[in-house]
Amino acid sequence: MSGLALFAHQFRYDQKAFWRNPASVFFTVMFPVILLLIFATVFGGQTVEVRGGIKTTAYYVPAIITLSVISATMQSLAMSLVIAREDGRLKRGRGTPMPAWVFIAGRVGNSAVVALLMLALIATIGRVLYGVAIPWGELPAIVLTLLVGAAAFCCLGIALTAAIPSQDAAAPIVNALLLPLYFLSGVFIPDDQLPSGVIHFAGIFPIRHFFEAFFDVYDPGNTGAALQWGDLAVVAAWGAAGLLIAIRRFRWTPRGG
Amino acid sequence: MADPVITIRGLRKSYGELEAVRGIDLEVRAGEVLAFLGPNGAGKTTTVEILEGYRRRSGGEVTVLGEDPERGDRAWRERIGMVLQSCRLDPYLTVRESLALYAGYYRSPRPVEEVVELVGLTGKADERTGSLSGGQQRRLDVGMALVGDPELLFLDEPTTGFDPSARRQAWETIAGLRDLGKTVFLTTHYMDEAQRLADRVTIIARGAVVASGTPADLGNRESLPTTISYRLDGEQVSLETRSPVADLHELTSRAVGEGLELEGLEVTRPNLEDIYLSLTAEAEEG
Repeated sequence: MSGLALFAHQFRYDQKAFWRNPASVFFTVMFPVILLLIFATVFGGQTVEVRGGIKTTAYYVPAIITLSVISATMQSLAMSLVIAREDGRLKRGRGTPMPAWVFIAGRVGNSAVVALLMLALIATIGRVLYGVAIPWGELPAIVLTLLVGAAAFCCLGIALTAAIPSQDAAAPIVNALLLPLYFLSGVFIPDDQLPSGVIHFAGIFPIRHFFEAFFDVYDPGNTGAALQWGDLAVVAAWGAAGLLIAIRRFRWTPRGG
Repeated sequence: MADPVITIRGLRKSYGELEAVRGIDLEVRAGEVLAFLGPNGAGKTTTVEILEGYRRRSGGEVTVLGEDPERGDRAWRERIGMVLQSCRLDPYLTVRESLALYAGYYRSPRPVEEVVELVGLTGKADERTGSLSGGQQRRLDVGMALVGDPELLFLDEPTTGFDPSARRQAWETIAGLRDLGKTVFLTTHYMDEAQRLADRVTIIARGAVVASGTPADLGNRESLPTTISYRLDGEQVSLETRSPVADLHELTSRAVGEGLELEGLEVTRPNLEDIYLSLTAEAEEG
């Protein structure tokens, strides 16, 4: 089989396993939707003082899409790879003629597809329930920004597995990293409520930059050159660092036992 | 004669100070089932992982299907199937899907339906692996090793932790591999498993081979004493002897002469289990 056919084969089964796993469907698909509904219900009708004031829901739709992409890539990959590694499935797969990259590519492909699906889902909910316009004209920029982010956070997720010693440790470590950064980066708490020091600090990390880049292409009030090359460059640099760590530190064999 | 499927010469493996494998020599011929037997920590898994290409050796020569496992490529992996000591299969795929997934990794796989039948999971083909019993999961695991139609199979402790009926079913599956003409390298710490399934048995302890031969050869070893036991005046007596015929003659003559009854008189030859335990115990003490 050619590389592409092998990838398609692996991807098909990774998709099946993903959609049948209640934990992955809940945390990757349902949880962002629930967050959007909660934020929109609690803060609905208010305005956020960015760009001269926008509706809270218009702020939270791109914010939750940002979270969904990170969740479908970094979080989902780190968790599922550690589980597969500790179960011995990665090691077993390595014992077959399948090239190693196919195993990783299947999961990365799965993450990318889920991320795009979440874009469509959250954008649709935002449009239907809260009247947040979908910026069709910016679609190429939106998809490009999303894919740069998805690629970078996939690399970071694979790199992160090197720091996770066991299945039990996967969720705490991933959440301990991501949750505070969602708060500090303006994903959960709007920019105008955050002290500038906090935003500067969050600016060290890729979540803030990905959020900014995505917000700017998605914000319907924004016209003209929406692609934020500076932010995307920071996101890509983090992704490249993740890729280096992943190449050097990724393990196929279980660490426990 | 055809080249051996596996050749090991002076294999060594150390982890820092610890020498896990210290000079193993072994050959496995095409179509035979070799049991690689030893207690926990004897170096079985280290050895099998070197043969599978997962670990690098510290010394010695190893050839598996004509290649050095450290340089085994895709074509080499096409010819090998393996069941790891512990591997949890994807609980969200069905039996048929798990086999189809692995079949897709090989150039000329066996038909999935055929493998389902070979490992005795016909009625379970559409069940998710998460709902299978431990024994059924292990048989599926064997099926996944088999689906690429390899020449050589590594089975690392395939029945550890099984209840007797699950073991018996797994044994039937493994015995079926021989009928398919596969060469099987079976790692186990159960003597009865080796005796039941293997053409040849190699026993290792503390990283070295302590005995090797067919189950029958090993069973005929004269190294262990025969036990004569009986009850006399309600007291259990047990004698170990290396000349059972003479001793038995003397004992029974005296008993007849003195009009004594030797209740429950029994003569026990050492079985394979005893031989295995004594061999590995010697090595552990040595």
